[in-house]
Amino acid sequence: MTSAEWPLWEVFVRARRGLSHLHVGSLHAPDAAMAVRNARDVYTRRGEGVSIWVVPSDQITASSPDEKDAFFDPAGDKVYRHPTFYEVPAEAKHL
Amino acid sequence: MAGTDEREAAFYAIVDSDGRIEPRDDMPEAYRKTLIRQIAQHAHSEIIGMQPEGNWISRAPSLRRKAILLAKVQDEAGHGLYLYAAAETLGVSRDQLLELLHTRRQKYSSIFNYPTLTWADVGAIGWLVDGAAITNQVPLTRCSYGPYARAMVRICKEESFHQRQGFESLLTLTRGSAAQKAMAQDALDRWWYPSLAMFGPPDTGEQVSGGHTEQSMRWGIKRFSNDELRQRFVDMTVPQSEVLGLTIPDPDLRWNDERGHYDFTAPDYDELFRVIKGDGPCNAQRLAHRVAAHTEGAWVREAAAAYAAKQRAKTQTEAA
Repeated sequence: MTSAEWPLWEVFVRARRGLSHLHVGSLHAPDAAMAVRNARDVYTRRGEGVSIWVVPSDQITASSPDEKDAFFDPAGDKVYRHPTFYEVPAEAKHL
Repeated sequence: MAGTDEREAAFYAIVDSDGRIEPRDDMPEAYRKTLIRQIAQHAHSEIIGMQPEGNWISRAPSLRRKAILLAKVQDEAGHGLYLYAAAETLGVSRDQLLELLHTRRQKYSSIFNYPTLTWADVGAIGWLVDGAAITNQVPLTRCSYGPYARAMVRICKEESFHQRQGFESLLTLTRGSAAQKAMAQDALDRWWYPSLAMFGPPDTGEQVSGGHTEQSMRWGIKRFSNDELRQRFVDMTVPQSEVLGLTIPDPDLRWNDERGHYDFTAPDYDELFRVIKGDGPCNAQRLAHRVAAHTEGAWVREAAAAYAAKQRAKTQTEAA
């Protein structure tokens, strides 16, 4: 019989309507249905959510493996993408 | 690939600026090992800690107390799961961690090797043991390792219910019959020093080096010394004992105006080390129960895995 560990799932919870699902942690479960049930018991014992997503951890593709800055460097020197880059006279309202 | 020095410098730059280390960051091997040991020990404590209180679920004095106790013990299981998941981000598997617990190669908090002899012990555990745990855990919410810190935020939110229900339960006893009050006092007498010992051996003054404290502080895992946390716990708990009308079993306990803290008698650290080494009242019983629960639950884990495999096969056949 199988002695292998149950697969790992990442759990995302929507705290209430109008908010995105947020990553809250992970758990082991044999299948998706059990993962959702276990996630309810582990992560929403006090009404912390109205909706749960579970995703097999090995299905997540991440950006740079070591979370180094290079991947995000292209955004680093583009300060003109921010509204605060632009100076406008104080009398120009609603800008 | 950056050299070792450069990678270590990057690690310390994050730690020193009070940043958080995340699972895929470079980290010194000793930091990883220390965290695995500490988080695993913490996780093991949560699930072994279900036993002393679980002992009283079937004998809780009312449906209200029973529902509260069930919820608390369920929380402990949940805390264990958050922490095992945090440890697993460091590259160790759940099965490995349980194996290490079951073969005594990793430890759990020595406090859970003491028996719960009366119903008042359940209240005393909530008030004192969870109170001491909160004192220890609140600084861990700012620990340098992200997944551990996040798990601790969740745990600390839930622990506060644990402590309050324990205090309330004891308060009910101390306002009850003389026998009930005596039972509450007896529980305090037995749990006081083991609770003080939960903070670990002395680690300030002459004992500052040699233990884990110095290194753990350098790594941002530990924020305060064992002795500071123990003092904080005593200062917080003494006034609460006065509200309960109970006497802390320490004739030398008194407020020190000069220090601005209570002076108190240290717990027996020889006893702490004896219990850690395995010679406590319930060590063998706790571990045997844990191993039996794991072994006897194997068929459930296997059946669920077999069902999942069958469903997968079915879906694949239908898709073909």
